[in-house]
Amino acid sequence: MTTSSTSASTSASTSTSTSASRNTPPEPDPNQPKPAEDATPPAAPDGKPAATADDPFDKDDLPTPPGATRALLRSLLSPLRGRVALAAVLLLVQQAVVQAGPLLVAYAIDSGVPAVRADDYGPLIAVAVGYLLCAGASGALQYAFIVASARVNQDVLLDLRGRIFRHAQALSVDFHERYTSGRLISRSTTDVESLRELLSEGLQELITVLLSFVYISAMLLWLDLGLGALAVASFVPLYLLVRLYQRRAGLMFRNRSTAIAAVIVKFAETMNGIRPVRAFRRERANDAEFAALNRRHERSNGGAMLEMARYVVGSRLIANVAVAAIVLWGAHRVADGGLALGVLAAAVLYLRRLYDPIDRLGMFLNSYQSAAASLEKVAGLLAQTPAVPEPEASAARPLPALESDHPGREVRFDGVRFAYRTGGEVLPRFDLTLPAGQTVAVVGSTGAGKSTLAKLLARFYDPTEGRVLLDGVDLRELSGAELRRGVVMVTQEAFLFSGTVAENIAIGRPDATREEIEHAAKAIGAHDFIASLPDGYDTDVRKRGGRISAGQRQLVAFARALLADPAVLILDEATSSLDIPGERAVQRAMHTVLRGRTAVVIAHRLSTVEIADRVLVMEHGRVVEDGAPAQLIAGTGSFAELHRAWRESVVS
Amino acid sequence: MPKSAAPAEAPIDGPIGGRSTVRTLLRLWPYVRPVRTRLITAAFVAIVASCTGLVFPLVLKWMVDGPVADGDGAGVWLGALLLLALGLVEALLFGLRRWLVARPLAGVEAAMRADLFRHLQRLPVAFHDRWASGQLLSRGTTDLMLLRMFLAFPLTFLLVNGATIVVGVIILLGQDFTLGLVLLAPVAPMVIVCAYYEGRYTAVARRAQDQVGDLTTVVEESVLGIRIIKGFGRHRSQARAFRELSHTLRGTELAKARILAAIYAVIMALPEAAIGAALVLGTVRVADGDLSTGTLVAFLSTALALRWPVESIGFLLAMSQESATATERYFEVMDAEPEAPSPAPSAALAPVATLAPAPSASPAHSAPESGGLRFHDVEFRYPDAPPDAPPVLSRVDLHIRPGETMALVGATGSGKTTLTALVPRLHEVSGGRITLDGEDIAAMDRERLRTLVAVAFEEPTLFSATVGENVLMGAEGSAGDAELARALDVAQADFVYALPQGTGTQVGEQGLSLSGGQRQRLALARAVVGRPRFLVLDDPLSALDVHTEALVEAALRRVLADTTALIVAHRPSTVQLADRVALLSGGRVAAVGTHQELLRENAEYAWLMSGAEAGGPAGLPAAAPPSPADPADHAGRAAEEAAR
Repeated sequence: MTTSSTSASTSASTSTSTSASRNTPPEPDPNQPKPAEDATPPAAPDGKPAATADDPFDKDDLPTPPGATRALLRSLLSPLRGRVALAAVLLLVQQAVVQAGPLLVAYAIDSGVPAVRADDYGPLIAVAVGYLLCAGASGALQYAFIVASARVNQDVLLDLRGRIFRHAQALSVDFHERYTSGRLISRSTTDVESLRELLSEGLQELITVLLSFVYISAMLLWLDLGLGALAVASFVPLYLLVRLYQRRAGLMFRNRSTAIAAVIVKFAETMNGIRPVRAFRRERANDAEFAALNRRHERSNGGAMLEMARYVVGSRLIANVAVAAIVLWGAHRVADGGLALGVLAAAVLYLRRLYDPIDRLGMFLNSYQSAAASLEKVAGLLAQTPAVPEPEASAARPLPALESDHPGREVRFDGVRFAYRTGGEVLPRFDLTLPAGQTVAVVGSTGAGKSTLAKLLARFYDPTEGRVLLDGVDLRELSGAELRRGVVMVTQEAFLFSGTVAENIAIGRPDATREEIEHAAKAIGAHDFIASLPDGYDTDVRKRGGRISAGQRQLVAFARALLADPAVLILDEATSSLDIPGERAVQRAMHTVLRGRTAVVIAHRLSTVEIADRVLVMEHGRVVEDGAPAQLIAGTGSFAELHRAWRESVVS
Repeated sequence: MPKSAAPAEAPIDGPIGGRSTVRTLLRLWPYVRPVRTRLITAAFVAIVASCTGLVFPLVLKWMVDGPVADGDGAGVWLGALLLLALGLVEALLFGLRRWLVARPLAGVEAAMRADLFRHLQRLPVAFHDRWASGQLLSRGTTDLMLLRMFLAFPLTFLLVNGATIVVGVIILLGQDFTLGLVLLAPVAPMVIVCAYYEGRYTAVARRAQDQVGDLTTVVEESVLGIRIIKGFGRHRSQARAFRELSHTLRGTELAKARILAAIYAVIMALPEAAIGAALVLGTVRVADGDLSTGTLVAFLSTALALRWPVESIGFLLAMSQESATATERYFEVMDAEPEAPSPAPSAALAPVATLAPAPSASPAHSAPESGGLRFHDVEFRYPDAPPDAPPVLSRVDLHIRPGETMALVGATGSGKTTLTALVPRLHEVSGGRITLDGEDIAAMDRERLRTLVAVAFEEPTLFSATVGENVLMGAEGSAGDAELARALDVAQADFVYALPQGTGTQVGEQGLSLSGGQRQRLALARAVVGRPRFLVLDDPLSALDVHTEALVEAALRRVLADTTALIVAHRPSTVQLADRVALLSGGRVAAVGTHQELLRENAEYAWLMSGAEAGGPAGLPAAAPPSPADPADHAGRAAEEAAR
């Protein structure tokens, strides 16, 4: 299975998802503690999950503070003020040059012709030179403008992409779990793309249109106040039309984007689950379901295009009526001798140009609508404050020097309590000390809070109350790099990044040599399978990523963790996909390589519990038993009970 | 830190390069055909509308030279009314054009998307292994939108603007031949310059598209692998990789902009210069009396009216280029061969029948030798594997008798999952045969084969649908609530009834997210709901906790009693479900026997099971758990179980 699920689930989902009800601030629901490791509502009769319709994570948009979109746009553009100004000036001049044409025509007809008739070629030469200059300048300025604006656009996009990326990386794991990868990916791809379209095509279009409106109006007014005023008056119905279109098209676009989002979800889901689709012969049923979604999109898509057609008819009608009226009036005045013929000619030429770009204004409005919507979503994302922030560089504390030769450090949970923001308590207040070098196994049923404990120690979450201390230093005071020298967590999902196997192991320590990488792989028992890959350690995992089995990926993840050489290692069900020999190899590695390290093992399997110095049994967020494995089995607690029950089930 | 700086490669090595834009775009014809009448009518309407625009200057000329010069008020009125009428016609025609194409083109886009979806669903699984779903998705969305826009605008307007230019030029030449020639002078250099830049633009545009793809990959991975990045504190190096790629992309985009700018500069400057020359020449001739003022005004007005069509050619061509790329990308996927249809059953059955020793009506019962699920000398290598690579599976011979349950055990990476994928023909064997009750699966209709064989995969996938729908997927349309309840019971998935809407609760991408163990149980329920003749389970209990596992095993035994089943197993507890065990090693079946036999006789098997179960009484049905060998181990197992 390839891991890339670009499921751009951009839907404003109105589904009945209850998985995120814990984040609804106004109505804390005491029934609903949602353990992060298991989003299932408890089976208890009173445990009906509250399906809150207004949960922000159910929708595509996160709550955006008022004005955030605008502020975002401003902050993106303000560092480029100079360049923006340059581009604007270039366009200003370029449009001025382009619009000079008809003026030269008027001059040629009204002054040039009589002058030539009088054998004075001066005005004509002036026209010739003027036109030539205009032609050259308009070309050169056009070039300069496109290049200058492309720079602005690309810098804005670079900045925005980087901000989304860095911000997403800074946000807590908790956030990622609720926001879903599909949405995050579509924020940094399709939404950035729609801004790119607006910037690279739409904005230039808009500025050109507006500038030519202003220039031409000014020119017409200058040529003749009456004609100009008439032209300017025609803007009023045009403006109303644009407003009307904006409103109606906005609705259409929203429908369309909802429809396409549904299509995308269905598409991505089918492709990601192609094996079950095939095995259970879902092809035809899927075809039918997809056809319905596709049809809905087709309707709304056609509707949006028809809306555009109506707009075009309207704008053309207004423009052409205005032209006819102006010509009528102008011609009368020329006939009466109140207006020079050249002026009328120039005015008519200008008028044609004046109304030409209206269609394009419609296109701009389209891209503006979608970019505005996208930018709002992005602003919503960027407005999220990381729940687990790194300390300021000045406030960061280093870990104390190690007291012994062993790399392990002492871990202390000091009055720690953890609850979700809705008030659902996962871990009630507790104290716990793990001495340096101890290997601790944490057991308990699903939802008992084992993973939460591990995530607090890895600082994926911060405790609601109390502190987690590593050799006496609060985790919140450690810089990112220092924290990861201290604590590393290996999870069940062994994700491989694109790149070679060696590079994937080296994530543990980027400056590791090839020998060190191979040593780590050998220690964990991954060397043999890696060596048998087509290019050994240099095999690209993406090319054959689908062929590296789940167990093999877990071995790579283990090698990664060994290489990182942390003081505290957390293994969260990290051996679930290993076969027994693989597990044995991991166990051996733990005996040797991890000796002296502090380790927390959340385990399903015999071997990992076997090597533990100490077992913690958790129930409902509390540590109910604590002791050496043999001691617990011999005792009368639930651990011993479980053990007996199992023995009976086997023997009978 | 892995850098995904490697250039995106076309995942299929098809002959896509070197085809001309036009020839690529012509491939769209089958989709355009159904709407051709509308499209051609619309183009015709657009040409007429565009030409109406060209008549404006002629009316203007008539007015200037006639009524205006004569001070004829009525004539002015007439001219103005004429202009108004033309204006109304033009507006309505433009609207008509859009109205004509709006629905049909939305239809073309939808049809292409539906075809893509249909085709993708039927491509071999090996194809999907190679292609990231994101790549497929972008073909189904952005590329198709681009093509719809191409059909709506560039295609029509290349035609319309071309026609407008021709008509305009004829009018220009008709009004004044010399001036017309002056205006036409820059055409040749423009064509040459544009053609030159167009080629370069295409190359850069494709490069930019690929770089966007690479960037997307980094984004995707950094989101999907967020726990690892955070767990190792590697967000800085990930950010660095991202920064490098996005800077490269910026450079490419700027190069693209420079090429575009050059095209625009030429398109702006040359015609403008020509108009200037015509103006100067025209002024002289008006002064000399060779030309009327009205003609000059009309001439220049026409020339200016032609400017937009000429200028637009540049971006229309650029859009056509991008559309050609999109078409290429679309057909790259559409050209991939779907799973070959199975040969006609009658023809295919003949050789099988001769091979089967007992050609009885009910081979499953009367001919145990050929009944059940049987692998005959099966060999498999991935279709994209290098020819010199050893096959993943070779000379696999295995017979699972009717009603028997066989466990498949092997070291990590020994090809167990691959072997299970061969049975429902998710991959095709490269050599040998697999038979179901004596019938070669290669000769069976895939539909029928997959009705006979139900599968539960290692990674349980749920679709965006209700729990009930997800489970009932495994059955023919006939299965109802009773079947559903039975399947949920077998899989011990009674947690379903505690969900907000019970079996009607939405799950999957857009619904409630379930834990791994819950998903696995639903996938198991899906596999058994249709009471399949053959059952293939890939490590079906790995994510279950101890109690549930025991319950599922008990219930599953009832189902397995009369089902022919192949179960991939990692753990002794799963092996207990099976009558016999096959050990897969080095791509071959190294040994077959009961759990006890293999423990005793096969060192590798004993090693795989870690000797944990060694020493049990021989000859007992494997369903009965062997007594533990030593207390210490027993305690360890207990601890293991408790740990869940």
